[in-house]
Amino acid sequence: MDLNIVWFLLIGVLLVGYAILDGFDLGAAILQLFAKKEEDRNAILKSIAPFWDGNEVWLLTGGGAIFAAFPHVYATVFSGFYLAMILLLVGLIFRALSIEFRNQVDSPAWKKFWDKAFSFSSLLVVLLLGVALGNIFIGIPLDGQMNYTGSFFTLLRPVPLFVGLTGVFMICTQGAAFLLLKTDKALYQSARSWVRMSWLLFVVFAVLTTIITALTDASKISLLFSSVVGYLATLLLLAGVILVPLFLKKEANFRVFLASSAIIGAMFLVVAGTIFPNMVPAQIPEYSLNIYNASSSQRTLFVMLIIALIGMPIVLGYTAFVHRVFRK
Amino acid sequence: MDPVLLARIQFGVTIGFHYIFPPITLGMTVLISIFLGLHLKTNDALYEKIAQFWISIFIVVFSIGVATGIVMEFQFGTNWEKYSRFVGDIFGAPLAAEGVFAFFLESTFLGVLIFGKNKVSKKTYFVSSLMVMIGSTLSAFWIIVANSWQQTPTGYAIVNGRAELTDFFAAVFNPSTIPRFTHAVVGGWVAGSFFVAGLSAYFLLKKQHLVFAKKSIKIALIFALISSALQIELGHIHSVQVGHTQPEKMATFEALYETRKAAPLVLMGIPNEKEQKIDYEVSIPALLSILLAFDPDYEVKGLNEFKKEDLPPIMPTFFSYRVMVGLGFYFLMIALIGVYLNWKDTIANSKPYLVLLLLTIPLPIIANEMGWIAAEMGRQPWIVYRELRTADGISTVVSAGEVLFSLILFSGLYLCMFALFLFLITKKMKKGPVAAKAGY
Repeated sequence: MDLNIVWFLLIGVLLVGYAILDGFDLGAAILQLFAKKEEDRNAILKSIAPFWDGNEVWLLTGGGAIFAAFPHVYATVFSGFYLAMILLLVGLIFRALSIEFRNQVDSPAWKKFWDKAFSFSSLLVVLLLGVALGNIFIGIPLDGQMNYTGSFFTLLRPVPLFVGLTGVFMICTQGAAFLLLKTDKALYQSARSWVRMSWLLFVVFAVLTTIITALTDASKISLLFSSVVGYLATLLLLAGVILVPLFLKKEANFRVFLASSAIIGAMFLVVAGTIFPNMVPAQIPEYSLNIYNASSSQRTLFVMLIIALIGMPIVLGYTAFVHRVFRK
Repeated sequence: MDPVLLARIQFGVTIGFHYIFPPITLGMTVLISIFLGLHLKTNDALYEKIAQFWISIFIVVFSIGVATGIVMEFQFGTNWEKYSRFVGDIFGAPLAAEGVFAFFLESTFLGVLIFGKNKVSKKTYFVSSLMVMIGSTLSAFWIIVANSWQQTPTGYAIVNGRAELTDFFAAVFNPSTIPRFTHAVVGGWVAGSFFVAGLSAYFLLKKQHLVFAKKSIKIALIFALISSALQIELGHIHSVQVGHTQPEKMATFEALYETRKAAPLVLMGIPNEKEQKIDYEVSIPALLSILLAFDPDYEVKGLNEFKKEDLPPIMPTFFSYRVMVGLGFYFLMIALIGVYLNWKDTIANSKPYLVLLLLTIPLPIIANEMGWIAAEMGRQPWIVYRELRTADGISTVVSAGEVLFSLILFSGLYLCMFALFLFLITKKMKKGPVAAKAGY
């Protein structure tokens, strides 16, 4: 099989893994804004504290893998989205500090400060990543030397902004679904209503995003339905969207989490299915970065595949072990 | 302002700040594993108390390391786009491997170490500490692989204007990887062991938690002695490698202008670039030749052998190298005295020594920073030795103003973080190891 395609898929897997796993702690962090009682906020943090760092490694590994497999994508996007990347880094720094330092000092004001910092930095991270994905989805201005020619404000076009907002509600659904598994009593009831709210807002914004995309660039929609992947992605998305409230009603909580994860996977599949074989579509199509002109050599792709095949099963093994250790 | 200079300052600030923390954690993980291992073996609750306290301190150090580390992985792309395109085929793989083999391991098992004490068996708990240690050491390995390839690139060919991998193992085990990896990890052991020893000295000075502190300081000082002694030989091995693979860097370390046999080792002095000599020079004749090749007649290349535009800046390289080496010998001496005082069982009452030990805490960190400055300044003007110049590596689409903005942002943020770090460590020290609780 074509190594470039394999790596397109593997990076997809890393990013989806990141979105599903860090998604639950990012979402829980945002929802913490709506937990009024200090003990509830503490309970939320407690449920994600053992996992958040491991989850974030998916992003780091994804970044490293893009650098290794598609260095031009790494170079173009990271330098082109400069200010957005810097904001993302600041958000990630605040997140790490907030969750680790919050309980180091026994003062309500201290805790309140870090709780707010945690929620807002998480919101910033999700929004920025969503907007970035939205930009990749509709394409960005590139020149013939693979350099980004837009500005920071080019990134804030309507479709990417709506993708970003949709992403926020998608991640909130994921966070709330995770809290169903880890909470009880009043907080559990709150988590149930958060799933309902986030899910509803996600559906509304997903529809709005689709409408705006259809109005601004209908070719994206037809492109999506020109391949089997597009149909599969849509089916998966619909299944997830329908199943979340059904499972929620039955209190089949782990299935709610799975359905919410399916939504995340489907959203990435929609983007991947639309852009493939490009990785960064350009507004002038021949300047696009695709899986061939942006990739490393075949030797590097092969070596990296070996590294992934040895490493990732081990990682999944001990990640599963740790999740078992910290069952409710 | 010059965008290259700004990008370099930002890289220097962000990595210089980051590099305060991971070396301490490298050393602390070894000590924590030792304490937990002793607890497993002897079932003595004291060891568990010791381990828990140092884990609670470890979290603070580690968190800042993680928070500032993310910046490093993204910064190649944001600020060094041309470099990233040039080296991506080789440089990206170790970064990805660091994620797969190291970051997952250390972060996942740190979760167990912090939150899992009552959820796993004693043995699993000990193994988790070993996993954190292995994870952070592997992390050091892969990032040093990447950095060493910049210093002494091998296993590649230039194809279409960029470096392409031809031999993975030759690239990973390039001539400087192992000397630099061992030197940096043991530098971390020195930093971690003096960190723990120095903080334990604080308790002894305050006459608090004496049983706890005496046990901590003893094991930390033995570890400090082993590490500092080992480090001197590892430093020597690394210098020999630099002498052979990057001769202009060695000449800059020693401010040696003319190629000569029986080259002296400069202990002190101030390089005089105009007159091409060293003012106030104190040196040992022929020792540099002897150290580099065990032969006083060995010819060491001088700076004048090379084109001026290919030479590193002399002053920062020369002085940072000297401070590092000097501190290295100081650590050996102070660890020796400490182990002796422990052996005599008088350490708890040796006030001047304890004060000195407390004041020593920042010195290994400074030594690590100086070593890093010497290594990377000594690599200039190349970002990839003899292949790509630093000035040709930056992002052309990022304006100087944007870099200035992010530089100010990071600097302000890091200053606050450093204050926070000092505040939290002080607070934990004042509270002491009474019911040290790590997590939520």
